[in-house]
Amino acid sequence: METFFPVVQRQPGELTVALAGNPNVGKSTVFNALTGMNQHTGNWPGKTVSTAQGRCRRGKDRFLLVDLPGTYSLLAHSAEEEAARDFVCFGGADAVIVVCDATRLERSLNLALQVIEVTDRVVVCVNLLDEARKKRLSINLNALQQELGVPVVGVSARARRGLDALLEQTARVARRETAVPAVRQPYPQPIEKALAAIQASLPPIPPGGPSVRWISVRLLCGGSEDTRRISDFCGCPPDFGPAASAAASDARAALARDGAGRQKLLDQIAACPVLWAESAAAAAVSSPGRGDALDRRLDRLFISRRTGIPVMLLLLFGVLWLTIAGANIPSQWLSARLFAVQDWLSAQFMACGAPEWLHGALVLGVYQVLAWVVSVMLPPMAIFFPLFTLLEDFGYLPRVAFNLDCCFQKACACGKQALTMCMCFGCNAVGVTGCRIIDSPRERLIAILTSSLVPCNGRFPAILTILSLFFVGAAEGPGAALLSALLLTGVIVLGVGMTFLCSRVLSKTVLRGIPSGFTLELPPYRAPQVGKVIIRSVFDRTLFVLGRAAAVAAPAGLVIWVLANVTAGGVSLLAHVSGALDPFARLLGLDGVILLAFILGFPANEIVIPIAAMAYLSTGTLADLDGLALHALLLRSGWTPVTALCTVLFSLFHWPCSTTCLTIRRETGSLRWTFLAMALPTAVGMGLCFLTASCARLLGFPV
Amino acid sequence: MNTEPLSCLREGQHARVLSITESGAMRRRLQDIGLIEGTVVECIQKSPSGDPVAYGIRGAVIALRRAQAASVIVQR
Repeated sequence: METFFPVVQRQPGELTVALAGNPNVGKSTVFNALTGMNQHTGNWPGKTVSTAQGRCRRGKDRFLLVDLPGTYSLLAHSAEEEAARDFVCFGGADAVIVVCDATRLERSLNLALQVIEVTDRVVVCVNLLDEARKKRLSINLNALQQELGVPVVGVSARARRGLDALLEQTARVARRETAVPAVRQPYPQPIEKALAAIQASLPPIPPGGPSVRWISVRLLCGGSEDTRRISDFCGCPPDFGPAASAAASDARAALARDGAGRQKLLDQIAACPVLWAESAAAAAVSSPGRGDALDRRLDRLFISRRTGIPVMLLLLFGVLWLTIAGANIPSQWLSARLFAVQDWLSAQFMACGAPEWLHGALVLGVYQVLAWVVSVMLPPMAIFFPLFTLLEDFGYLPRVAFNLDCCFQKACACGKQALTMCMCFGCNAVGVTGCRIIDSPRERLIAILTSSLVPCNGRFPAILTILSLFFVGAAEGPGAALLSALLLTGVIVLGVGMTFLCSRVLSKTVLRGIPSGFTLELPPYRAPQVGKVIIRSVFDRTLFVLGRAAAVAAPAGLVIWVLANVTAGGVSLLAHVSGALDPFARLLGLDGVILLAFILGFPANEIVIPIAAMAYLSTGTLADLDGLALHALLLRSGWTPVTALCTVLFSLFHWPCSTTCLTIRRETGSLRWTFLAMALPTAVGMGLCFLTASCARLLGFPV
Repeated sequence: MNTEPLSCLREGQHARVLSITESGAMRRRLQDIGLIEGTVVECIQKSPSGDPVAYGIRGAVIALRRAQAASVIVQR
């Protein structure tokens, strides 16, 4: 597995500061608050997948902040932890800020203590002080500083309180103006003795590397690939040379003679930070009562045996219904405006006396497809993304993973796959990158291979359009939106079900293995920041996805116009190509044009329906492509309800878009797996479509 | 006082950790979330299918699959 070691481009005079912390402690909020929201990456559901970097300044000090992936430990069990660990140890950071959650201080201190063991340049940032106050927890920061021996700063990042003090302390630590902390909580005496012996035999460690104490602990634990990697990074001989290796094995032997075998030694080393965190939290936190009663009540609603699954489906349905009902009006408005612009453009072309082919290629080709993509995609995305982000901010996504874990367990996959699947609803490519949170390489591959079985936002509009045209009918008003949402919920449930099925098939065939154990934290619920969520999701997600779609739609519109208007032997190229595809497509209940549209839509699924419509229109034009006109056009082109159903199935299950394929190639490092990731959903889709079409034919439906 | 695996706890019950039978990386992971000898664990909520189960461990709520919970020996 490759390392995702972030590359830092540091400018002279800058202080490099790493930002570490558990997931869900508001680390990204601290990062965004410090860098002034200059950083828009990594705000997809779940977590900071790749390392974000941003800059800020305080007085004369300039900082380069590196936002590390959220992790619980530095022991490098997963690719993310490895990236965080490697950067803390070897990334050349001048200081590390460890962000802790004031409402779950003891839990989040564990990582802080591990970081403190690696480097002495640590600032502990206790975030979410405002939340703690709401839960009637009082945190004594001075007492905590006494316990930890490193600067502690209290912060409420969402309200932007305490950030200046945080930067001030960070600058002091980075410039080594603070005292080197003493070891506060030593290991049991025999282990300390062993560590001292190993330390004495270590070769010199270059400055900026991890502490000798941490290296000694790793050597004493021994027996892992880890120590070799660490010594490589430090530029030391393998395993820090024979003297250190010998000292370590001597020390282990001596401990074993005294009755502390390897297991007991590891247990004692593991217990130390836990006990330290316990005493530090006990000294710092005083609580008059049970502050998490509300969380318990909410959990009884969201994850209990009786209500967990129904509430989850209801939420999914609710989000889709709001999206559909809310998107109708702006969609019509946008479409009317954009097509009015088209008329104006046409008039301008005529007035200039531009040749007909130029007008056709640019206005009827490029502009028309572009206008369509914008008017169809923008409104649903602008509603869906913020709603989704609100649920994410609220802390609901880990609960989805909790509710669905049993299915993934039966599929011999990782429970965290539920989280990456949720990311896939936004964008499959992002979901694939998100699979880095899965520890086991086998389970990670399963998650990657099945990532495109849930519809991404690029596919929602197409599926939705067809569903509402053919299965909801021309009914207006709230009833239609409800029915559309219900059907779309069904489509999504089908996709999720297929994810389980394919994961199971994969883990029984090419990726055989037993499910690895997993632990999942259910973070406290938090009131989402509605305003920020809307801004963030509109700018980060909606415009990003839209921009990508538009960038693909414009050339695709041109290609389709050329295909439709260049003739060979009296027949347009488009008719040649779609005619060649037609017999095969008919087997699947589709037609040649639809299949061609899916093939041309490889760069971005959003443009499939616009391309199909353009192809049907061929050389003709339409003033306005609203729902009714589109329905009439499709019916004229021979669509039946069976065609519509098969098109929906095929857009749910077919090859992933080019971006996703490239991402899979990058993440798996293998063409073979990339090919399988394309073949798997395609096979599923073709199989289902063939089955549907054949059944329909047998039952006498027109196909 | 009888001992039992953590997975046998019913919702609302508390117990004290005695030992872990899991070994290797998973053992360390369980220790990292705070399951060391003497830690008091509360069974908070079972999932819709009964597996995994959410436990209250040192102020945090953490879900464990039955296989992992069965490897933690506790005393009520």
